[in-house]
Amino acid sequence: MLLTLVGVLVVVAGFAARINPLLVVAAAAIVTGLAGGLDLVAVISAFGKAFNDNRFISVAWLVLPVIGALERAGLQERARDFIVRLRVMTTFRILILYMLIRQLTAALGLTALGGQPQMVRPLIAPMAEAAAEAELGPLAVPDRERIRAQAAAVDNVALFYGEDVFVAIGSILLIKGFLQQNGIIVEPLQLSFWAIPTAIAAFAIHGVRLFLFGRRLTRGAAAESRARP
Amino acid sequence: MIGLGAVYLLAGFVFGAIAVLSAFDRANPKRWVNALFWGLFAVSFLFGDRFGDLGNGVLVLVMAALAGFIGLGLGRPATTDTNERRRLAQSFGNSLFVAALAIPAVTLTGSLAFKSIVIGGRPVFDPGQTALIAFGLSVVVALVLARVMLRQTLPSALQEGRRLLDMLGWAALLPQMLAALGAVFALAGLGTAVGDLAAQAIPADNRFAAVAAYTIGMAVFTAIMGNAFAAFPVMTAGIGLPLIVMRYGGDPTIMSAIGMLSGFCGTLTTPMAANFNIVPVALLGLEDRYAVIKAQLPTALVLLAVNTVLMYALVFRF
Repeated sequence: MLLTLVGVLVVVAGFAARINPLLVVAAAAIVTGLAGGLDLVAVISAFGKAFNDNRFISVAWLVLPVIGALERAGLQERARDFIVRLRVMTTFRILILYMLIRQLTAALGLTALGGQPQMVRPLIAPMAEAAAEAELGPLAVPDRERIRAQAAAVDNVALFYGEDVFVAIGSILLIKGFLQQNGIIVEPLQLSFWAIPTAIAAFAIHGVRLFLFGRRLTRGAAAESRARP
Repeated sequence: MIGLGAVYLLAGFVFGAIAVLSAFDRANPKRWVNALFWGLFAVSFLFGDRFGDLGNGVLVLVMAALAGFIGLGLGRPATTDTNERRRLAQSFGNSLFVAALAIPAVTLTGSLAFKSIVIGGRPVFDPGQTALIAFGLSVVVALVLARVMLRQTLPSALQEGRRLLDMLGWAALLPQMLAALGAVFALAGLGTAVGDLAAQAIPADNRFAAVAAYTIGMAVFTAIMGNAFAAFPVMTAGIGLPLIVMRYGGDPTIMSAIGMLSGFCGTLTTPMAANFNIVPVALLGLEDRYAVIKAQLPTALVLLAVNTVLMYALVFRF
């Protein structure tokens, strides 16, 4: 059984060596299956069946033609204008406001209100960048990259620690089902109640980090303008 | 009954159209590789159920080989430049937001409303798949809105979709392939192997050690699998139930709730959770493949420590 761990090593080594991840995953699947006692045809079949069963995951890319068409019609520019006109918006305020809305709506079960292709790329990342530019002037490339990465991170953190507060989400139902198999009956409402302390902690921790990130951006820009003759 | 099949049909046609458009893109030196890759993607959506398991396995290996050994090119469909976009943004104003927000709005409404549409005693929509069907419908609605309010034609939407899909490249296939890898892991008994290993290796001879072994084990195993759902049954059966609940009398509800959220700390740190951590890197055009993970890592580590302390403080008290 321990031999199957070789598959994990393939994944870790492959990702670390920055080999194309599709090759890494395919190799890991084959190695794991062989180590687990399957023959090559059985491994490829199992992998193919699971790939086919999981097509619903890639359905998400149907949104790309819409996002692209809206971007072609000026969506990102409109998002930037909107933020610059508000004037009071800094990068920190945009990100913390989005995190609050995203986490609260996810806690109400509205997990579809957000997401990397739908919200972060066309709206949140351009807004966060525009706010930084309005406040600090043109951005250096590393700063622009960091702002975008923070926009993506906010969506993830808010989603993960919001959705578990909703009773009918997959993870809660999985917990209930698993405990039931082991003879323990729990209430989904109780499970989501005990997700609240962590949800608050996640908002506080990531909020503080966003605040520090915003301050570093401002200070970096100030130091640079002093350095200029 | 309208089910996932309808959504897959839509996906097959959209990605098939993108494959055809790729073949005609002379600006892309690898246009045939892209055409083949997205073509196979479309074929999987249209005919995946007819190939058999081995056929699907060969299909996914060919796609991985195309992306890994030859590499996809970058399609460059004609698009608007920044100045035009600024002008368009001014003239269209907030109707741009209306079209963008139509996607979540229709997805939400549909996933709730479709469940109650019944004709002749039978549901019109597959009740288990309303969210994905509603999402497919939302894309169609948004495309119509873009046509009516923003004068964006279907061909230009498909070309823009191709631009973004090429920008994602191999990353577009990674989440689905990782889910398939998870299934192979489970089939080969990897979960039990890791669970046994963890149970043997971790000295859980007092309450705090047992709690820490469970929360940290959840995070690490989730990082390996890319998914807390795979880690939860293994860790809870291996450490949570026998030690925290049985030996020390902890509350299973609190343990499970905070245990799952400790797993999510692992999700924030791993390229295996490609949808969240690798796809945005491609979508936002970032240089560093691990930029999003780096932005999340400190939050994940601090929150894991907080979860451990929270569980220790709460689980034996209620």
